[in-house]
Amino acid sequence: MAHVERQQWDVVIVGAGGAGLRAAIEAREQGLRTAVICKSLFGKAHTVMAEGGIAASMGNVNEGDNWQVHFRDTMRGGKFLNQWRMAELHAREAPERVWELETWGALFDRTPDGRISQRNFGGHEYPRLAHVGDRTGLELIRTLQQKVVSLQQEDFKESGDYEARIKVFQECTVTQILKEPGSEGEDRVSGVFCYERESGRFFVIEAPAVVLATGGIGKSFKVTSNSWEYTGDGHALALLAGASLINMEFVQFHPTGMVWPPSVKGILVTESVRGDGGVLRNSEGKRFMFDYVPDVFKEKYAESEQEADGWYEDPDNNRRPPELLPRDEVARAINAEVKAGRGSPHGGVFLDVSTRMSAETIKRRLPSMHHQFRELADVDITAEPMEVGPTCHYVMGGVDVDSDTAAARGVPGLFAAGEVAGGMHGSNRLGGNSLSDLLVFGRRAGLYAAEYARGCARERPRVADEQIDTAAAEALRPFGVGPAPADEETAGEAAEESAENPYAVHQDLQRAMNDLVGIIRREEEMSEALDRLAELRERARRAKVEGHRQFNPGWHLALDLRNMLLVSECVARAALNRTESRGGHTRDDHPEMDREWRRANLVCTLAAEGASGAEAETGRAGRIALRRREMPPIRKDLLELFEKEELIKYLTDEELTSE
Amino acid sequence: MTTQAHHGAGPGTEGIGGAVSGEAPDTTRPETSYDAHFEVWRGDVDGGGLEDFTVEVNEGEVVLDIIHRLQATQAPDLAVRWNCKAGKCGSCSAEINGRPRLLCMTRMSVFDRDEIVTVTPLRAFPVVRDLVTDVGFNYEKARQVPAFVPPPDLGPGEYRMQQEDVGRSQEFRKCIECFLCQDTCHVVRDHEENKAAFAGPRFLMRVAELDMHPLDAAEEAGHDRKTAAQDDHGLGYCNITKCCTEVCPENIKITDNALIPLKERAADRKYDPLVWLGNKIRRRTT
Repeated sequence: MAHVERQQWDVVIVGAGGAGLRAAIEAREQGLRTAVICKSLFGKAHTVMAEGGIAASMGNVNEGDNWQVHFRDTMRGGKFLNQWRMAELHAREAPERVWELETWGALFDRTPDGRISQRNFGGHEYPRLAHVGDRTGLELIRTLQQKVVSLQQEDFKESGDYEARIKVFQECTVTQILKEPGSEGEDRVSGVFCYERESGRFFVIEAPAVVLATGGIGKSFKVTSNSWEYTGDGHALALLAGASLINMEFVQFHPTGMVWPPSVKGILVTESVRGDGGVLRNSEGKRFMFDYVPDVFKEKYAESEQEADGWYEDPDNNRRPPELLPRDEVARAINAEVKAGRGSPHGGVFLDVSTRMSAETIKRRLPSMHHQFRELADVDITAEPMEVGPTCHYVMGGVDVDSDTAAARGVPGLFAAGEVAGGMHGSNRLGGNSLSDLLVFGRRAGLYAAEYARGCARERPRVADEQIDTAAAEALRPFGVGPAPADEETAGEAAEESAENPYAVHQDLQRAMNDLVGIIRREEEMSEALDRLAELRERARRAKVEGHRQFNPGWHLALDLRNMLLVSECVARAALNRTESRGGHTRDDHPEMDREWRRANLVCTLAAEGASGAEAETGRAGRIALRRREMPPIRKDLLELFEKEELIKYLTDEELTSE
Repeated sequence: MTTQAHHGAGPGTEGIGGAVSGEAPDTTRPETSYDAHFEVWRGDVDGGGLEDFTVEVNEGEVVLDIIHRLQATQAPDLAVRWNCKAGKCGSCSAEINGRPRLLCMTRMSVFDRDEIVTVTPLRAFPVVRDLVTDVGFNYEKARQVPAFVPPPDLGPGEYRMQQEDVGRSQEFRKCIECFLCQDTCHVVRDHEENKAAFAGPRFLMRVAELDMHPLDAAEEAGHDRKTAAQDDHGLGYCNITKCCTEVCPENIKITDNALIPLKERAADRKYDPLVWLGNKIRRRTT
């Protein structure tokens, strides 16, 4: 048995983005010793890429705003598939979470009377997004990072040790959640198995509570705004630990990613461009979004350019421009325009601010976009339009959690918050609702994880040596030194067959998901995707890496492949099963929204264990089991926030009359 | 400037640009792909050296794309730190032809096609492996800057600040912590011995940012950031050569807007007897 260092902490947070750091701050403030593990350097998490803002109904710019309006917008954006309790908590608590950031040093842009300024965004009825130019995510992550440091400074004063009660293990990856077998069949969490990216050294953190805050899955797609970290680690760790994932068929394609040059294809162009007045045009110069307002949103959006333009100055007497429809609608519209041959030279459409605002205003309000296009595409957005097209941006699906406590159902001691948690956004997330989600549910996860861990203080769960050995062996397999895969026959074959390059497997996976389970889906293509995923799973098993364990990106990727393949199968399987179109799931062969489907969540779990003997056989059947589950009915007082005419579009007659 | 300055024409340097078409290379293949000659430092704490690579380059690509292509095709264990690939996270800092830069924001089009592109790790920090360095120095310095002190009389939601008053600190909060300024600053670049006493431009700028925060209550709590900049963070070492400003990928005017004003404020503190006395009295009463 290899010697593996063990450390004891009370709460472990996996991920150091907005949700992870907010959870860590909360757990530490509850007095618990908190460890944070992150794949990148501290302060580099994907949250820095968030641009537009944090949605919170502070009502600083329009006094009409309140949590009920925010709740309503969120449910509409998600096409009523949201876990309504999460949407409620989110809308209620977001303002407190934003104000709290100011007390930690955040500097948001201001209104003339000195409050936090708020900007318009797609699907939000009022200007609601607290922001700092178009670099709000950076402000969020830096503020949380600096709050963590300030807590460490307090601890240093008290104990002489900065890391006495909160420590960040940076550039480390978790490969397994460890569990202690329970007497009544319910295993509880006992810690995590990790490796240091820098040295390749393994270590174990023993802790009764683990919070997953690992973000999303975008790296399984070829065109994505997501960074390398987004390999679905938390989704896969949760599955492997026995938790369920819900809503995995809903993947958000952000309507505006860069399309040129090829090396930057997919990089995000913030929705603020449209929120601040930018318009979409096709190759004929037409503002095509007026042709794409769906029935459910007809009353809320302008019908003429004149009315749309009037809205920026006088929102009470004009309806909003259709460029500010929820993201799924805009992404589909762009896709359709390009397909109809009305796209831009590089296969996107035109997004223009240059004719809408002065150069000065553009530079002040959209400095990162100005910089990004100038540096990477030789485009001056103050003088010419941008070319944009859809890019894989966010996964609505995630760990099935309790709405109030963020506890993963079925796995005591496991919690999840942020993008890795499912339910909050339903079938489609509104822009700006992610940063607020991170803060609201990051805090809740930290709070309840701390409470749970405190309850385990008398009898902490133990980590068995065998579990560590198994985890270590799995992590070493790409070097060809680990034990055979579960089944001997497969192992024999694997040894005979040629070794696979993990980079090549990854590229093929990205292509398969992009082409076959992308923005517009068809039954045959998704079936084919499942076949390809089965082949890729076999190839990934044979992935071999060169060199040694010290900062070896090939090895890291080989390990990440397991996670990407698991979550990709969840997406493909759930998407194939849901025979309707809703939010971030569009079926060419089932183009309509179906009210019956609104009540259903598709729940993914790991397929039954012990199938190892037939693993090669069951490969095609996959590793994921899918079942349909009814959603709990929406609470009456929340339903009453909507007009009956609107509810009819979403709810079944039975639901409407069962009052 | 670079430690490996003499990268003369190695084997196969000549004629690489025309490898595919075989004809007069640079005129017949406008704006399409070409083969570039890269020299990448590979090694670890025990030493290393430049390794030659010939690698495809396509239109619009940045140096990080080329490093990734090397990983995928020629050197799968080549270590590089990166994250967002959009100039927002500040992870992929390295030195290109001796100049500290972000790999993801350096377009290949800035180099001649027959130019050798040399990529080396940040020089001011210890090498871990290949292009990855140990930037722990910066995290230590970050901990030494006392945090924002919230005004005791204002609750959450009660903060009122004018845009022109937060604008100054906001400029400094654009910092993506790529540490290129820390790498290039001559106070520490070739003077390991100065590291203990000197926070570096990034963290002196952090002190300035907090000092200019309209609601920071550090002074009321008995902490004078201006004096601390001088006494605790080594502001005096800076002799405003503006190297930090030159390499900042966010174009923050570190020297002009943060360091020089901070120096002026610190000097006022030091030589103004009334301020000195006032401070003493206030500190005594709190």
